Amino acid sequence: MAQLTINGKKIQTPGGTILAVAREHGIRIPTLCHHPALGPKGACRLCLVEVKGSRVLQPACTFPVSEGMEVQTDTPKIRTARKFVLELLLSDHPQDCMTCEMCGACELQDLMYEYGVKETPFRGERHAYPADDRDPFILRDMEKCIRCRRCIRACDELQSVNAISMINRGFRAKVATSFDTPLQESNCVFCGQCISVCPTGALTEIDSRGAGRTWQTQKVTTTCPYCGVGCNFDLHVRDGKVVKVTSRWDSPVNRGVLCVKGRFGWQFLHSPDRLTVPLMKAELWKKRTGTDGTPSPYAGFVEADWEAALDAVSDGLAAAKAQAGPDAVAVLASAKCTNEENYLIQKLARREIGTNNVDHCARL
Amino acid sequence: MTREELERIRAEAKQALEARDMTTLPEGELKPPRPGEVRVVLRNCGQIDPTRIEDYIARDGYFALAKALGMSPEQVIDEVKRSGLRGRGGAGFPAAQKWLFARQAVAARPAPADGSPPAYLICNGDEGDPGAFMDRAVLEGDPHSVLEGMTIAAYAMGATQGYLYVRAEYPVAVDHLQKAIPQARKLGLLGKDIFGAGFDFDVDIRIGAGAFVCGEETALIDSIEGRRGEPRPRPPFPAVSGLWGKPTSVNNVETLANVPQIILKGAEWFAAMGTEKSKGTKTFAIAGKVKNTGLIEVPMGITMREIIYDIGGGILDKKKFKAAQTGGPLGGCLPEQYLDTPIDFESLAAAGSLMGSGGLIVLDENDCMVDVARFFMDFTQDESCGKCPPCSLGTKRLLEILTRMTRAEGTPEDLLTLEYLTQNIATTALCALGQGSVNPVVTTLRHFRDEYEAHIRDKFCPAGVCKGMFHYEILAECCTGCGVCRKKCPEGVIRGEKKAPHEIDQPNCIVCGDCYKACKFAAIAIRPGPTEKSRRAAHKTETPQG
Repeated sequence: MAQLTINGKKIQTPGGTILAVAREHGIRIPTLCHHPALGPKGACRLCLVEVKGSRVLQPACTFPVSEGMEVQTDTPKIRTARKFVLELLLSDHPQDCMTCEMCGACELQDLMYEYGVKETPFRGERHAYPADDRDPFILRDMEKCIRCRRCIRACDELQSVNAISMINRGFRAKVATSFDTPLQESNCVFCGQCISVCPTGALTEIDSRGAGRTWQTQKVTTTCPYCGVGCNFDLHVRDGKVVKVTSRWDSPVNRGVLCVKGRFGWQFLHSPDRLTVPLMKAELWKKRTGTDGTPSPYAGFVEADWEAALDAVSDGLAAAKAQAGPDAVAVLASAKCTNEENYLIQKLARREIGTNNVDHCARL
Repeated sequence: MTREELERIRAEAKQALEARDMTTLPEGELKPPRPGEVRVVLRNCGQIDPTRIEDYIARDGYFALAKALGMSPEQVIDEVKRSGLRGRGGAGFPAAQKWLFARQAVAARPAPADGSPPAYLICNGDEGDPGAFMDRAVLEGDPHSVLEGMTIAAYAMGATQGYLYVRAEYPVAVDHLQKAIPQARKLGLLGKDIFGAGFDFDVDIRIGAGAFVCGEETALIDSIEGRRGEPRPRPPFPAVSGLWGKPTSVNNVETLANVPQIILKGAEWFAAMGTEKSKGTKTFAIAGKVKNTGLIEVPMGITMREIIYDIGGGILDKKKFKAAQTGGPLGGCLPEQYLDTPIDFESLAAAGSLMGSGGLIVLDENDCMVDVARFFMDFTQDESCGKCPPCSLGTKRLLEILTRMTRAEGTPEDLLTLEYLTQNIATTALCALGQGSVNPVVTTLRHFRDEYEAHIRDKFCPAGVCKGMFHYEILAECCTGCGVCRKKCPEGVIRGEKKAPHEIDQPNCIVCGDCYKACKFAAIAIRPGPTEKSRRAAHKTETPQG
């Protein structure tokens, strides 16, 4: 146990960084390159604090606490330093919050607001990279990049893909793939973790462009339907339509991590081709009901209701079992079902039908 | 290898070395020592064939290692501690203290179960300051002194594997080291059970990829690990968690080359040289407007005046001394009033500059201090790793302002912004590169503010460097009418009768400076304002900077 003081407040702690200990005790220290899901970097210099006895300001996100340490987190000297860093960042950032996708959800914007940085005292060259949408999913607007390296760390630490890294040095330093190729020519798997950790509008979803800012959408937490892992995420819904998927860092299943399907594959929800009612073969329907039924867009099929469809399936299974025994039936489950659904389907096969012919598409 | 065997080799090698004609050695930059010099680190350079281990042994090489391995590691650390040896890479951290911290860190953790080294010793040979080549001279001319120093240091701190990080721009140094390491291994001076003392140590070379910032120890460690070299915040210090998370000591070439001599001759011998807090000698690379340029090694505490006027032979062409730039691109410019300041870590830091790795550039009245600051900022901006905004963006903004000033586009606000930037970059940047990047600006601004003001207020470069910000005039009262300027002028725009004052046809003068350099009577003066032609030329060459 170490005893230290932060802003004069006595704190007992088993250890950790100044940032972690301060946050535990409700003391806010602004950060930009720090992300709870990623390792510390100490790059952005926003979390600088005064540590008594230290010649220079120290980054709270990497500096470990020690016995008897005296820390100040919000003195005029610190505020000046933070404001200075923000002014520098603003001098190389387009001031187009009016049209920026991330307006309202931008950590840089929040800090500018907090520190009252309306404009920058520095005039000079600003990066003018064209927005890169050469890949199908991720819009990379590198002139909004503040080089915090969260995306690089997410790609490395969360996804172990390492598709992106820094290239060049100094002012020309830039996040890029090897040889600055488009993402699909790199080993990027389009999981979009980089977007989920980007504090600014440098990385956004191509398909969600202009679809609504953070306060204009309703967030609905749900489970991904694509596979049995059961990742959680938030659907962003505007006017009854899903426009975006974002990570839920508190999900115990996936801890914010998603794959390409979960993050980018939501368009099927509103596809006109999506089946919303069960279909039945037209002659079967006629045989069972004696009517022609409601035509569907698919030749040879009519629209059924769940009751009729399930009855037909049940009758069919019972007939097959009666005619050739229970092992004439096999049940093939889906990887898109949850564990619970797969459990129920094997129970149906074993107890109701009486067969052990149970398999799963993930084995094919 | 035993001590007796080593003595036998020495006896034979001594004779062979004395019999050999050393003038056949390739000529290096190193000149014979001048009065006032004391060669400890450079003592063998040019005196032995660096590709022959026998030559090194002939000059008592590896005897310090034999002696050190007969002592306990604590005794070695104590000996070096009493000598007062401080890191020669620039920061001046006590070498023995570094080893002690690493040794304590090794003791505090369990021995690696996988048989990997418990700790590492790294020799930092990534000498990147423009114009500095002290380490290169040692690595090329006396590689075994560095290997011996590394082995002693490794023994003291508890490392079994060493890395020699050399910049790729030093192919001869790499070549000589590649020859030296197998020679030492063959004689059992590297490898298993050295001198039968039960101590294992081996060295591998790692070649840098051209980044100045990899001279910073944490960036250097990243680079050896195969990653992009970028400084990490400390703590944790490398002594606790360095290369591959193991306790690591990173020492400069010159520091390590001092170690064998300290062990061999004793701490008292070393501590007798230098000042109270800075012991021993220091190598300097003198460059600029001084008669004798090149490498020197002098006792700490010598004054700048002694270096520049006694050893350096004074300023070229009878010009007036203006400033000495010490410490490389992160150092500062010190004017005349500091000429008698003793050169040691504390005095230079107090003057706002740095010892650095030992660069010393002499500037005269024809060097523009704004342009000098711009030059160093151009270098630093290019070499900033890009990790923290104060350095990557801050140095860019500094460079832009300095560039504007040297192009007659500076404003009074620029001067205020310059000061705002320097104050804050120094306190917010991550590593020594960023924090020190402002030193050339801070010191020139402190000591030569009038030059900055002339550039901004009068659009005048008093030193006659910044294009389009001055012109030349012949002073009638000084001109003897010798006609040299008239003959030198490439544009033929100087008129005048023999033995009568000459005159420049101003609108057509291109301000090339040939007449100014040629005049032996100081009859040509630098005056504010461009000529029509020089103004046009200055605008034509305008290209984006940075």
